[in-house]
Amino acid sequence: MSALSNSNWDRRSVLRAAAGLAALGPLAACGGNTGREGGGSSGKNLTQYFHAYGEAGTEQAIKKYAAAYDGARVTTQWITGTNFESKLFSALLTKNAPDVFEFHPQIQMIKSGQVADLSDIMEPVKDDFNPADIASHTIDGKIWGVRMIDDPQFFYYRKSMLEKAGVEPPTTLDELVEAAAKLTTSKVKGVFLGNSITPVMNPLIWSTGANTLTDKNEIAYHTDEVAAGLKKLRTMFKSGHLLLDAPADWWDPSAITQGLVAIQWCGMWAMPVIQKALGDDVGIIPFPTSAEGGKPAVTNGGWSMFVNAKSKNVDLAKEYVKWLWIDQKKYQEDWSLSYGFHIPPRTSLAESATKLKSGLPAEGVKLFNEFGHFDNPAWTQAMIVALENVVADTVRKGGNPEAALDKADKIVNRELKKLFG
Amino acid sequence: MSTTTSSGVAKDRAPAGTPKVKQGRGVRGRTLNFWLFTGPFLIGLAVFVYIPIGWSAYLSFFEARYTVTPSTFVGFDNFTYMLTNEKFTDSLVTFTVFAAFIVPVTWAFSLGLAMMVNRLRFMRAFFRSVFFLPTAVSFVAASLIWKMSIFSGVRFGLANTVLGWFGVENIAWLANPNPPWYWLVIVTVRLWLQAGFYMILFLAALQNIPPELYEAAAIDGAKPGWQTFWYITLPQLRATSTAVILLLLVAAYQAFDEFFNLLAKTTWGRPPLVELYYTALGENQDYGAGSAGAMILTVLICCVTLLQGKFMGFGKGEQAK
Repeated sequence: MSALSNSNWDRRSVLRAAAGLAALGPLAACGGNTGREGGGSSGKNLTQYFHAYGEAGTEQAIKKYAAAYDGARVTTQWITGTNFESKLFSALLTKNAPDVFEFHPQIQMIKSGQVADLSDIMEPVKDDFNPADIASHTIDGKIWGVRMIDDPQFFYYRKSMLEKAGVEPPTTLDELVEAAAKLTTSKVKGVFLGNSITPVMNPLIWSTGANTLTDKNEIAYHTDEVAAGLKKLRTMFKSGHLLLDAPADWWDPSAITQGLVAIQWCGMWAMPVIQKALGDDVGIIPFPTSAEGGKPAVTNGGWSMFVNAKSKNVDLAKEYVKWLWIDQKKYQEDWSLSYGFHIPPRTSLAESATKLKSGLPAEGVKLFNEFGHFDNPAWTQAMIVALENVVADTVRKGGNPEAALDKADKIVNRELKKLFG
Repeated sequence: MSTTTSSGVAKDRAPAGTPKVKQGRGVRGRTLNFWLFTGPFLIGLAVFVYIPIGWSAYLSFFEARYTVTPSTFVGFDNFTYMLTNEKFTDSLVTFTVFAAFIVPVTWAFSLGLAMMVNRLRFMRAFFRSVFFLPTAVSFVAASLIWKMSIFSGVRFGLANTVLGWFGVENIAWLANPNPPWYWLVIVTVRLWLQAGFYMILFLAALQNIPPELYEAAAIDGAKPGWQTFWYITLPQLRATSTAVILLLLVAAYQAFDEFFNLLAKTTWGRPPLVELYYTALGENQDYGAGSAGAMILTVLICCVTLLQGKFMGFGKGEQAK
């Protein structure tokens, strides 16, 4: 008790200590790279969010581009882990929200005022972008994001393994189920669709001839053919011919490069790594036709740059996005082709990219153009998860597809009603 | 001490020769010390706990999508939505199953470890440290080790490698809910992380049991081992056991990290906090419904804790002694 007596801690001492701490505050702030105003030499600061790309050198590349911009000091948050969406969404609610971030075009972000209109920077160059990308970023006549890369997703297969098992590259879902059985050995599984199997939900829908939503934004995925396709995936799951619980998920090519599986669903970004590991012993095919009247499907994913509409520096952020993803064509080319393989959304760049003109990359571009399905901005995060739950409930848990689709309908209709009334 | 109490009483009771002190300043100084030391914590508690709880309660009556600012008043709609939401109610079932298993198993396991370490004649400190060390590991890190190294579904996962020696085929520990092997993964990781901490509590309690009790029991003819444990040790650990069970229950309600990291994109094995996370973030960004769920969960935890305290007689352990 005596140690705490007021002889040691009188009012003056406390005030002196407080004043000292207050004086130290600005000094501490001088050394911090917070990415916010006041911290940089130029006084202009921007923060950008990126999810962690798997390809080596990407983080350094994006930071190199940012450092080359002399209009502001740009701080990059390179977000690792699998929940980039959650981190981004929660950050957007705070004052520390990024000024610029990558994501996919989704209408709820526009309706809730989270992203800024980028029509003014896109209009002069929009004719040089893939028209499907422009369409997927255009809502109410305005363009809301700048596509950075297009990422087709398809099946990679080991030619030698298929030959040895006497299997032709499957062209229907039934053939894929049969191939998985013939390709499975004591050490190698037939097919890898991702640990959650959700990456192939949309391709399954498209390959039956259905779609996620109609042009009028009504449910289009709930068909008998989709339900039948889910049952076929369940057959494959139960048979033990699918690779499950792989240490790295579908976006990483290690399952096929390490010889764990003969056929893997993955993206074009992994092509350089796969070719390096397997040489010519690799081919690609789209998701096979799943019903009569359907046709093969490829997911044309990708990432786009958006400007936070609530940023204090909206104009500066737009300038930066224009500088990096519209004016600096050399960086776009570098970003698309120097690490993994992506298709540049700028038509002029895609046409001049020699790396995509022959061999497997050229086949990837062909599948992208022939069978690709682009982002539908009305297909939002909540709807994506609703169908992911359908896969979990039916393919992995063995539930009734009809019941699972009914459950998803309720969620999707609730979302549609909130978005479109 | 008397010099710093209320001035009038202190003066009367001050012995002769006590140095004269400024009574008023003493009280003020003590008050200042109180606020100096507790103030920052109270402010932190208010800012990071009470205000968010209040805001969450307020938000639960409003539509709040993609924002934490209330927009439209919806009354009890969010509560109705959450209570009729199959995923949320399933998560409560998941918690019940999880708690019903993990609480008694951790209790028994940590008590067993404590008794074992307590009986060691040498290297006791070493083993105590070995069992306690996992407590310092984060749930996320441990979950990733469990998922990617030990219970990976491929042939070179540790568990599958060992099973392979006995001719057992690879098991997809986390991908397949039938049979629900994922519970084994979840329970073992939590047991590994938590048992050491509760072992220390039991160890302290064991060392507080007077040896005379065992001597008296021996004189009365009690056999060492199970009989002594049942009639002497266990009753003496009642207070600690009650506290441990309470802590385990609360910890079970707060289960998040291992479920979130081990069971991504499943519709099964989601405890309430994971379900609320998906409701408020990631999927729907529905902060109104998420807040309603959080309120429901808070009320539930309070009820269960009170009931548990009543049935187990929390705080009665000392009286029993």
